[in-house]
Amino acid sequence: MGILTQIGIFFGICLLGEGVAAILPFPFPSSVIAMAALFVLLCAKGLKPAHIQQTGDFLLKNMAFFFIPAGVGILENIDALKGALGAFFAVCALTTVVVFFAAALAARGAMALQRKWKGERE
Amino acid sequence: MKALWNSPLFGVVLSVFAYQAGLWANRKTGSPLCNPLLIAVALIVAALKIFDIPLAAYQQGGQIIGLMLAPATAALALSMYRQIRQLRRHLLPVVAGCLAGSCASVASVFVLCRLFRVDERLTASLLPKSVTTPIAMELSAQAGGIPAVTVAAVIFTGILGAVLAPLLIKLFHVQDPVCRGVAIGTCSHAIGTTKALEMGELEGAMSGVSIGVAGVFTVLIFLFF
Repeated sequence: MGILTQIGIFFGICLLGEGVAAILPFPFPSSVIAMAALFVLLCAKGLKPAHIQQTGDFLLKNMAFFFIPAGVGILENIDALKGALGAFFAVCALTTVVVFFAAALAARGAMALQRKWKGERE
Repeated sequence: MKALWNSPLFGVVLSVFAYQAGLWANRKTGSPLCNPLLIAVALIVAALKIFDIPLAAYQQGGQIIGLMLAPATAALALSMYRQIRQLRRHLLPVVAGCLAGSCASVASVFVLCRLFRVDERLTASLLPKSVTTPIAMELSAQAGGIPAVTVAAVIFTGILGAVLAPLLIKLFHVQDPVCRGVAIGTCSHAIGTTKALEMGELEGAMSGVSIGVAGVFTVLIFLFF
């Protein structure tokens, strides 16, 4: 598919996500709805990865670029961070370790369970 | 000179070249500490300050770039779909790891913020900090946080995750590549995934898949929080 069509597909799915988010009775990020919709579409073979490959890879490879304006926005909000900078870094650092441990432990537990089930079946 | 930065093109051009400079520095040093996004933001902030350019002038172009955030998030579906065979084979550990990690993230941020007496707005900005930037930004705005602060927290967490991953793997004796990938992806999203890819293909794939899965779980946790 042409790049223009691919861009149209991506923007169209996002627009759909915004529409669904507006209807939902609770706040839900429209981009996550768009992501789920695209995933379902791919799984249902309604869309082949090759159809959206060029634009998709462009978006994925340059993902960080699109956050630059949001990051620069910190200039406006520097006051919110003043006085809480220590807490900001401490919270980020401590929780990173906690999350790593929790995720690794749960994944390991699930794998052990899976292995046990398989062992019982055989 | 003023006519120059009153055009929306100014923000776009400045961002593109600041990002290229960031990518170049990252390639040269090969260190996750030299994060391209971090460098780009620092260069742009410095340029605006030095030449006394109002932030609003830059953000005219910034808004155009920001328009690509939602499509970039949607594109994560493509990278998840490419790993669908690995995802199916390791569905249980991925789901368990991401669910536990996402719960641990939101709960530990909340508890620590209370402990450090962090105010409500900053707490709301930090709560989604373990997930990928576009999702975290939307969640932060929804909860009454400051998206810009969230971006800073997400980047810092990602860099920390990438730098600490080898150490944490040794400390917690995480031998299995699937567990390693899930843990890295859940705690440090895309920035951590670059480190996971260095460790191995399976680690990288699992870390990449966990970005999307943990993102969805965190969104669901926010619904009930």
